Amino acid sequence: MRQQKPYVRVRNFDEVPFGYSEEEAIEEAKRCLQCQYPTCISGCPVNVDIPRFIGQVAGGRFAAAIATIRETNNLPAICGRVCPQESQCEGVCAMGRKFDALAIGRLERFCADWEAEHHLTSVDVPASNGRRVAVIGSGPAGLTAAADLRKAGFDVTVFESFHVAGGVLVYGIPEFRLPKAIVRREVDGLKRLGVTIEPNRLIGRVFTVDDLLERGFDAVFVGTGAGLPRFLKLPGESLGGVYSANEFLTRTNLMRAYRFPEHDTPIRVSERVVTIGGGNVAMDAARTALRLGAKNSVVVYRRSVEELPARAEEIEHAQEEGVFFQLLANPVRFLEEDGELCGVECIEMKLGEPDASGRRRPIPIEGTEFVIETRTAVVAVGNEAHPLIPKTTPGLRVDSWGHITTDDDGRTSQPRVYAGGDIVTGAATVIEAMGAGKRAAAAILADLDGG
Amino acid sequence: MHRIRTKRTLGPHITEYVIEAPDIGRAARAGQFIVLRLHEQGERVPLTIVEFVSHLRGITLVVQSLGKTTQEMEDCFHEGDAILDMVGPLGEPSEIDTFGTVVCVGGGVGNAPLFPIARDLHEAGNHVIGVIGARSRDYLIYEDKLGAVCDELYVMTDDGSYGEQGFTSNRLADLMDEERRIDRVWAIGPPIMMKACCEVTRPSKVPTVVSLNPLMVDGTGMCGGCRVEVGGVTRFACVDGPEFDGHLVDFDGMMDRLRFYAGAEADALEQYAEHPCSRRTEGTS
Repeated sequence: MRQQKPYVRVRNFDEVPFGYSEEEAIEEAKRCLQCQYPTCISGCPVNVDIPRFIGQVAGGRFAAAIATIRETNNLPAICGRVCPQESQCEGVCAMGRKFDALAIGRLERFCADWEAEHHLTSVDVPASNGRRVAVIGSGPAGLTAAADLRKAGFDVTVFESFHVAGGVLVYGIPEFRLPKAIVRREVDGLKRLGVTIEPNRLIGRVFTVDDLLERGFDAVFVGTGAGLPRFLKLPGESLGGVYSANEFLTRTNLMRAYRFPEHDTPIRVSERVVTIGGGNVAMDAARTALRLGAKNSVVVYRRSVEELPARAEEIEHAQEEGVFFQLLANPVRFLEEDGELCGVECIEMKLGEPDASGRRRPIPIEGTEFVIETRTAVVAVGNEAHPLIPKTTPGLRVDSWGHITTDDDGRTSQPRVYAGGDIVTGAATVIEAMGAGKRAAAAILADLDGG
Repeated sequence: MHRIRTKRTLGPHITEYVIEAPDIGRAARAGQFIVLRLHEQGERVPLTIVEFVSHLRGITLVVQSLGKTTQEMEDCFHEGDAILDMVGPLGEPSEIDTFGTVVCVGGGVGNAPLFPIARDLHEAGNHVIGVIGARSRDYLIYEDKLGAVCDELYVMTDDGSYGEQGFTSNRLADLMDEERRIDRVWAIGPPIMMKACCEVTRPSKVPTVVSLNPLMVDGTGMCGGCRVEVGGVTRFACVDGPEFDGHLVDFDGMMDRLRFYAGAEADALEQYAEHPCSRRTEGTS
C-alpha cells in the first residue's frame, strides 16, 4: 500500500498509509482463493465473514462488502488499521503459506473508508425493548457491546470519564496510526443507532455500579480498560521530564499538545527522547517523539529484537523513521540536574534460560552501566488494573492482579454486572477487547431475555 | 456544559464561582476535587470542591488566577456562561472522624478547600482550631465561613496588615508548645507552607494531613503525571490522594515537578494577554 515517505511523515501527524484505490482493492481481493473451508474467519476474534466480503470487493460491490463486515464488526475503519492481522486472519490465510497472505486488514479499511466517502450512513434505529444497559467506558470493548446491545433493542447509555468518547482509541493510539476523525465517525454512527453517550462521568465516583442498577439499568457492562500506568520503581523516576507513555500520548493525542499554545496543554520534548519498553505503545511513543521535534528517538528494551512484543509493522515503521533501538539494555536509574531529568543510566543485559512467559530471561551484566543523556524519558512498560470499580462495587471479584474475574462470556461474580477488555485480561489488543464486548453483549441478551 | 450560577471576587485575582453540577455536588465529600476544561482548546485543570450549594444545584470553586487558564476563567467566564467539561468528584474524601482536638491550617486560597473539612470535623464533634493566613489583608479569604465552624480561629498575615504578623506555621508551632493535646493537623495551602507545617509537627509525631495539587491531565489515575513520593513509594495524588500523611511527602521533589512547565505556562499567559477572551465558546460536548 502506498504510504507517506518516512522523511516526510516524521514531521507531521498525518496517517502513514494512504489506503487502497478502488482498482488496487479489486486487484488485491482477486488474489483470494475463496477457500471452501476458510481458516481466516476463525482467526478473527469477531468472526467477520472474510471470504464473502472479499469476494464482494473483487466484484466491485463495495456497499455489499461493508454490509457483510458490519454484520459482526461494529468498528471496521478502526480494526482495518490497528488489528494485529499477522497473528490473526492474515496469519492463517492459506495464500500465506506460499505467497504473501491476502491484505485482509487493508481491504477492511478500504471498505470502511469507501462507506464514509459515499456517506452510506443511513441506519435503521432499532425499536426499544424497554430494557436499559449501562456501559462503563467507551473504548473498543464498550463501544462494541453498546452497538450490539442497541441493535438487539436495548436502550444503552455509555459512561466515559474523559471529555470525548473512544478510550484508548483517542488518548492512546496516535493520530498517524488512527486518525481521530475516524474514531469520531464510528462513535457518531453509534449515536445515530440511538446509543446515548455521557462523557465526563467517572463511574465509581459520581455514581457507583450499584447506583446504576438501582436507578433502573437492568445490566451494567464494565469496559474500563487499562488502568494506572506501571512504573519501574527506579530512583529519579518522579523527576520532571519522566513521562508515563499514557501521559505522553494523552497530552499529544487527546489534548493536542503538539499544537500548543493554540491548544492549552503543554508538553516538553528534548533533542533526544528515550522510550523504555518494546510494545506497541513504546513504538507509538518513540514515533510521536520524532513528530514533536526530537532529533533522536531511542527505544531501550531489555531483550533482543526477536522478543520485541510490538507488531512487525510498527517496528518497521519506527525503524524507517529513524528510531534507534538500544536492545539488551535496561534502565537502572534516572539522573537529575536542576530538579529535572538529565539522563538515563542503563545496564547491558544478556539472555538466559526461558522464564515463565517462555521468553528468555534478561540478566544484567555487571559493570556495563552506561548513561544516555536526555531530558525526556517515556516509560512504556504497561499498566496495572484500575482499582476504582472493584473498590466501589462490593461483591465484584478480582484476581490477584486486580483484574475483574469473569466467565468466558463476561459474567462477573455479581448478578447483572458484566465485564470485558483489558480490565479483565490485562493489556491486550483492540480487537480482543471488541470480541469480549461482543460476547458480553450476547450474554446480557441471553440472561435478560431468559429472566 | 456547566453554567456559572454566581461569580464574586474575594480578593486580588481570587474568584469564587458556583457552577451548576448537581450530580457531582451530591456525590462530593470534603477533600475531593473536579477537573474542568473551559473550551475546546482548553487544558484539564484540577480544582478542589468547596461545597455543594443545593439551591443552585452547583458546586463552589475558589480559583486564584495564576496561569493562562485561571486568568481566562476570571476574565472571560461570567455568570450565565458555561464551562464546557467538568468531571468529578475525584480522589479520596478526607478521613473525617472524632479525633479530639484538630488544628486546621489554611494558607491563601487553601482556606477555601479547608472549610468543608473544618466544618465536617466540627460536626463530628472535634474541637477545631483554625489557623488561617494570607500574604496580606486583601488576600485573606473565608474568614467568616471558617470562623463559623472553628471553635477557635487565629488569623495570620505575612505583612501584619491584619490579624497577627507571621506565618501560619509560626502560630501552629505556638499551639504545639501549649500545654494541651493536639490529636491531628490538617494543612492546606502552598506547598512551602504545608512543608513548613509538617516540619513543625514532625518532632511530636502528631498526624498531619496535607492536600496536594500536583500537575494532572486526566485526574482519574490514567496518566501518572500527578505522582509524588510518599514514604519512598510512588503514589498518584488523583486516586491515592489528594490527601497524604505530610510527614512522608517528598515536598522538594513535588515542587520540582510543579516547576516543569513554568516556561511554557509563562509563554501561554503572554500570548493569551495579547488576545484575551478570543476563544471563549459556548462549546458543544
